[in-house]
Amino acid sequence: MEKISIDVSRCKGCGYCICVCPSGAITKSEEVSKKGYTVISVDESKCVQCGSCYKMCPDYVFQIF
Amino acid sequence: MKYSIPKTITNIESGWCPGCGHGIVTRLLAETTEELGISDKVIIVRDVACGSMQSGVVTYNNIGAAHGRTIAVAAGAKRIRKEDIVIANPGDGSAYSIGIESTMHAALRNENILALVVNNSVFGMTGGQMSPTTLPGQKTTSSPYGRDTSYNGNLLDIMKVLNTFDIAYLARGSVDSPSAVMKAKKYIKKALMMQQDNKGFCLVEILSPCPTNWGLSPEDSLKFIKEKQQEYFPLGEYVDKGGYDK
Ligand SMILES: Cc1ncc(C[n+]2csc(CCOP(=O)(O)OP(=O)(O)O)c2C)c(N)n1
Ligand code: SF4
Repeated sequence: MEKISIDVSRCKGCGYCICVCPSGAITKSEEVSKKGYTVISVDESKCVQCGSCYKMCPDYVFQIF
Repeated sequence: MKYSIPKTITNIESGWCPGCGHGIVTRLLAETTEELGISDKVIIVRDVACGSMQSGVVTYNNIGAAHGRTIAVAAGAKRIRKEDIVIANPGDGSAYSIGIESTMHAALRNENILALVVNNSVFGMTGGQMSPTTLPGQKTTSSPYGRDTSYNGNLLDIMKVLNTFDIAYLARGSVDSPSAVMKAKKYIKKALMMQQDNKGFCLVEILSPCPTNWGLSPEDSLKFIKEKQQEYFPLGEYVDKGGYDK
């Protein structure tokens, strides 16, 4: 089965993934990146591997494989 | 289904603002050229605008053209490197304001290139001034009370201009939702396939968020595209010489 993989070091916190995730698996985390962005976090147990986050992310944070 | 970041995308962080659509459009280009097996044949012609921050993010060979001249430079590059896939990557300010004559004449000559125009309805890089695609009433740094068409002139809808030209492909997509992104990808891929088959001039415009200069959150920027920008700039395919709907 496919699994989501994320690289939050690329995240700029725009939140597109949060708006489009159909299962509410993505939220803003408490973590602030080196550049000062509040990055996202994913609850893998809720992820349905639909790829919506991958399609919308302008910063290539998500992969599903 | 698997979704992997295309191999031509590097680990270098882009200079684009959070929520900028340029990053999505760049990924679509990287995906389509990878799927068609033409990534190493691509020459991308960058503008002096936010699109220029693509260099380093994606490993294509590229040419930096003067602002507004990407389409003219791409036409020249294609004429001498016919085996390569040449893509001009201007913004709406570049393609429809300072460079409108490049756009029109490349279309008139039916140059065998793809003009991939990122339309964010403003001059992004210079601080969000009004462009030919700024919406009526839209506030920008040079129209602080909102665009007044009786004073500032009407909008330019390039689809209405070029749809009578003898060109290969003309389409407008958007990146405001995952389904819109997939449709935009289809348009880009079709245009690239047409270039491979020497069909002629293709222009694909993508409605793209610029949260920084719209003064909106990224989420509200997606709503702005859906509810406002698309009212003036409807999506779809306007010229399609056909044969590529597989
Ligand atoms: C010949 C010339 N005139 C003006 C400029 C200043 N300039 C840089 S980017 C830009 C506008 C960018 O807007 P657009 O083409 O819509 O691209 P965006 O940055 O919004 O993606 C302008 C006017 C320039 N670099 N060169
Ligand atoms: S100014 Fe606008 S177009 Fe330029 S990088 Fe920022 S969001 Fe993108």
